[in-house]
Amino acid sequence: MDFKNAQELLELCKKENCPISSIMKKRECILSETTEEAITAQMDHSLKIMRESVAAPIQSPKKSIGGLIGGEAQLIDQHRRSGNSICGSVLSRAIAYSMAVLETNTTMGLIVAAPTAGSSGVLPGLLLALQEEYHLSDTVVIDALFNAGAIGYLAMRNATVAGAVGGCQAEVGVASAMAASAAVELMGGTPEQCLHAAVSVLMNFLGLVCDPIGGLVECPCQGRNAAGVAVALTGAELALSGVKQLIPFDEMLQTMYQVGRQIPPGLRETALGGCAATPAGKKLGCSICHK
Amino acid sequence: MAFISVFNVLGPEMIGPSSSHTAGACSIALLAQQMADSPITDVEFTLYNSFAQTYKGHGTDLALLGGVMGFSTDDRRIPNAFSIARERGISYKFIEADPDPDIHPNTVDIHITCSKGRSYTVRGESLGGGKMRISRINHIDVDFSGEYSTLIIVHYDRPGVLAHITGCLSKKNVNIAFMKLFRETKGDIAYSIIEFDGTLPEDAEAQISQNPNVQDVIFIPIQRRS
Repeated sequence: MDFKNAQELLELCKKENCPISSIMKKRECILSETTEEAITAQMDHSLKIMRESVAAPIQSPKKSIGGLIGGEAQLIDQHRRSGNSICGSVLSRAIAYSMAVLETNTTMGLIVAAPTAGSSGVLPGLLLALQEEYHLSDTVVIDALFNAGAIGYLAMRNATVAGAVGGCQAEVGVASAMAASAAVELMGGTPEQCLHAAVSVLMNFLGLVCDPIGGLVECPCQGRNAAGVAVALTGAELALSGVKQLIPFDEMLQTMYQVGRQIPPGLRETALGGCAATPAGKKLGCSICHK
Repeated sequence: MAFISVFNVLGPEMIGPSSSHTAGACSIALLAQQMADSPITDVEFTLYNSFAQTYKGHGTDLALLGGVMGFSTDDRRIPNAFSIARERGISYKFIEADPDPDIHPNTVDIHITCSKGRSYTVRGESLGGGKMRISRINHIDVDFSGEYSTLIIVHYDRPGVLAHITGCLSKKNVNIAFMKLFRETKGDIAYSIIEFDGTLPEDAEAQISQNPNVQDVIFIPIQRRS
């Protein structure tokens, strides 16, 4: 039941006539020698943590440890509630939720890394927004999380999800590819469409550097999680409309990995380049390290 | 857990903000405290490289101290680790080492003193995504991850000791996944580290200890997967 790449995953889906989430669940049961009930319960626990990590900063925002972020999610939520959102309800909610998770993360709250802490907002942000907008059950959202897990597993196995190795494209890029694929399954798309959505996201984030101010998981991380949601939603919309991608997922993932390794070390989580190296970034970074 | 589980992708469940600087640090300390033979009274953390440079902004200090008190990566008490340690009468200290490019970027040495007198130093490296490895115990370089149940046997480097250990385990039907012997010099103190599936039968530790060359046996159950 195990698969090494997306091609094998698709073949399994075709053979078993089932969605990506089913294959991922079966794989998990077999390899960890456990039952579907047990893994469903564990994923339900993860979903509860995700939901809490979204809610808290919108209700009562706090400043982050580094002091660079805090309160953004509440602002976006208020903007949407006032009827002024230019994104529309789904995207505005998803942006607010994804940024909220990063606020929970940077105030030492409890989050689920998805796949990393720095990119932990994208997946819950998009899925929880879709759940609320379309009144979906927890059961189907949990399935969508297993779908996302399959994409993340392929990235961990065949490429990287570490910003220090592959830049932000490997963190927020992969998180968004996971979210796009999960959203497609959640909204009734086929396994092929899930992978088309994931490919479109990886393509659009190709080359994105990891350049956190002061080396902290705050800025630009929080804003990139919001952007990740938007790119994931776009990818899912394309796929669900029947738009196909020209590059297969496995090839796209490989090129993401290769591009990642070509990114100069100063732009891979070292806080030496990019946003961190701007005059403003340097000044803020310095004020943190002297705290 | 030698495969990538869906809960390695969606996980760890963790107190933020960083899987490497917070969750990974906590896991190292959580494993280190399992080698204690009695309540921990004193702990000293030496931080290297990126850990030394950015630990305050990542709560690495809180995560390390929390781990030493037995908190796992998702324990909501981690942000209050300093005050909880003071309540428990544990004295703690953080030392920032000079940068050393030969040492892994996210490395910590944890020196633990227990009330009954066992005192030891564990070096851990946080590898990213919450993963970590233990790379040194006292002055001996070792290598294990806590992803399996782990048995650490401190013994004199003499012929027959390993046969004795594996004999004991074989009688107890323990299925060994990995086994390594680490030593500094021939004939001196060595560490045998055995990683295996499942748990350790009750009297296996006592049987292994019966060999006169065995100094100490430390069993670390598999780390809770989050």
